[in-house]
Amino acid sequence: MNPVKPHSGRCEAQAAPSFGMHNSVLPEVACDQDRRRFLGIAGAVTLALAPGVSLIAYAHSDAPKSDAASAKRRWGLLIDTTKCKPSCTACVTACSSYNGWKNEGRPTDPQWIRKVQVSDPSTGFSRSVPVMCQHCANAPCVEVCPTGASFKRADGIVLVDRHICIGCRFCMMACPYKARSFVSENLSGQKPWAPRGKGTVEGCTLCVPRVDAGKVPACVEACARDGNGAMTFGDLSDAASAIRRALAHHPAVQLRADLMLDTGVRYEGL
Amino acid sequence: MSVIHYREIEGGSLGFWALVALLAAFVAAGLTAAWFMEHIGHIITGMTNQVVWGMPHVFAVFLIVAASGALNVASIASVFGKVAYKPLARLSGLLAVALLIGGLAILVLDLGRPDRLVVAMTHYNFRSIFAWNIFLYTGFVAVTGFYLWVMMERRLNGYSRMVGTAAFLWRLILTTGTGSIFGFLVARQPYDEAIMAPMFIVMSFAFGLAIFLLVLMAACKGTGRPLGNATLMRLKNLLGVFAAGVLYFLLAFHITKLYEAEFRGAEAFLLLNGGIYTLLFWCGAVFLGGVLPMLLFWLPQTRRSRAAVGWGSASVVVGGLALMYDIIIGGQAWPLSIFPGMQVSSSFYDGVVNFYAPSLPECALGLGGCALAVLLILLALKLLPFLPESLVDEPVESHSAVAGTSRVPGAT
Repeated sequence: MNPVKPHSGRCEAQAAPSFGMHNSVLPEVACDQDRRRFLGIAGAVTLALAPGVSLIAYAHSDAPKSDAASAKRRWGLLIDTTKCKPSCTACVTACSSYNGWKNEGRPTDPQWIRKVQVSDPSTGFSRSVPVMCQHCANAPCVEVCPTGASFKRADGIVLVDRHICIGCRFCMMACPYKARSFVSENLSGQKPWAPRGKGTVEGCTLCVPRVDAGKVPACVEACARDGNGAMTFGDLSDAASAIRRALAHHPAVQLRADLMLDTGVRYEGL
Repeated sequence: MSVIHYREIEGGSLGFWALVALLAAFVAAGLTAAWFMEHIGHIITGMTNQVVWGMPHVFAVFLIVAASGALNVASIASVFGKVAYKPLARLSGLLAVALLIGGLAILVLDLGRPDRLVVAMTHYNFRSIFAWNIFLYTGFVAVTGFYLWVMMERRLNGYSRMVGTAAFLWRLILTTGTGSIFGFLVARQPYDEAIMAPMFIVMSFAFGLAIFLLVLMAACKGTGRPLGNATLMRLKNLLGVFAAGVLYFLLAFHITKLYEAEFRGAEAFLLLNGGIYTLLFWCGAVFLGGVLPMLLFWLPQTRRSRAAVGWGSASVVVGGLALMYDIIIGGQAWPLSIFPGMQVSSSFYDGVVNFYAPSLPECALGLGGCALAVLLILLALKLLPFLPESLVDEPVESHSAVAGTSRVPGAT
């Protein structure tokens, strides 16, 4: 009788040192223990990997429809301030809603995008201007970040890697546009596509998950839908794109152009 | 050749342990504050999205700047061969290391994610002056530690000039880096000047020497060790020159700014109508940090007074802290000029002078770092022979060997 049907070399190897006990019993016990251990480990590994696998599956479900972060593109935004009304905050509301940040009027609250009322004291000329991260080609925040958490993608989108941001706030000191916010307290209601973290710095991502999925940023969509269509999003490197054609025919400026930061956000009518 | 006898301080008195306990309490308060800041968030501080660096940075940068300046006395002895300063070189090195550790502790514990210190040590962006400073600060502790070893180990004394020169150059680069943190901030009008790097070096000379004098006088008084007038007066005169140097750099800095029209608004704010910042500049940085010490050091009525040396040094320290507050907080209080020449307003405080009020946790963290530095100095003085037995004007060779005494040639 040989009840043992080893299914692996490991069972056979364990059966050898019997130490005087009956060979037909010990290998069976050893193999059963081995099987249980294997099943236990397999269960633990499954439990450990399941969330990650789910995330990967989730990520693939919203996979970019086009090549992501290609240096052949330079994403940019043109804001026609002649169309932007002071009373309209559609872009701000959309950004807040999509990315999950809230401004309750406290100086510690984040504002990834804001409406700035600009007026010339000598002439009375005024404009309402949405200001957010300008996604500079020569971004000061990227230059000063000690760990490289502030970085620029190949397609020009400036982001913060929340995993290596140490919360030193040097980027906030260096940004000429006050485009960055520091998370000063515990968070709730985060959006899975816009992870945030207490003790780290954040700012406009140009809605990078949407852009990678072939959509326009939430502010641009809201401006077209609920606002006055003052925002044009597109590829600054593509001469045929709407943004390039608009820039070719209308004068547009960069904020603090004297700093030569080559911003990705341009303003018309200022 | 005269021989200097160094000896540990006894440190057994009730007063000593009471001081240690007091300092430890401050350190504990600082750590508690840091714990709360990490767990609750920076919401419990006065720092906001407008004023992003606050009171902890005032203390931290002050200590770091003072640390490099505290090494001056050792540098004068080793690098420039001034024998008279040799007995003070060890204390000078000790202060440099302790002050830097105190400052770095504050800086690290104020981070949004202090638990990611290992990230800061493993991920570097070499275009960042901050990243360079991580090397400069840790390297300074290592170089100065080695320098102390060379000074304290008789067989290595011959290398003290070489190592001292390396430490001196390192400290110059370090303070250049610290000043450049602000000098490179082109977006902020109150900064954005290359002169900030050398200005910080001169500030370090003054702050470091002032703290050195205070520690030296307190240590000699507390342990009953004689401190010669000549040594003290020489150092006092040097501190007076450094204080004048800081005033000169402040003058050059602000005149340069005033010459450029784009900076005049910021300058008017800081120098004329900035409220607390204007007060801190004129009464703190200029008067307490420069004018008063010079008067105390050089007026005929007080120029020979040891008390005046102490008060003058304390005045430089207070004035230095005021200047640091003015530079760091005042510089952020002035709004960014995103639309030059235009009037602006927004929900994000664009176009308005930013409000800042330091909170208790911030002050506790800052003072905790200062207490840590003093505690390290105190314990080091008790454990190792940093302080000469006597600092009388003409050191004479002792004929009796004392336990725990190390004998080092007076001039190497």
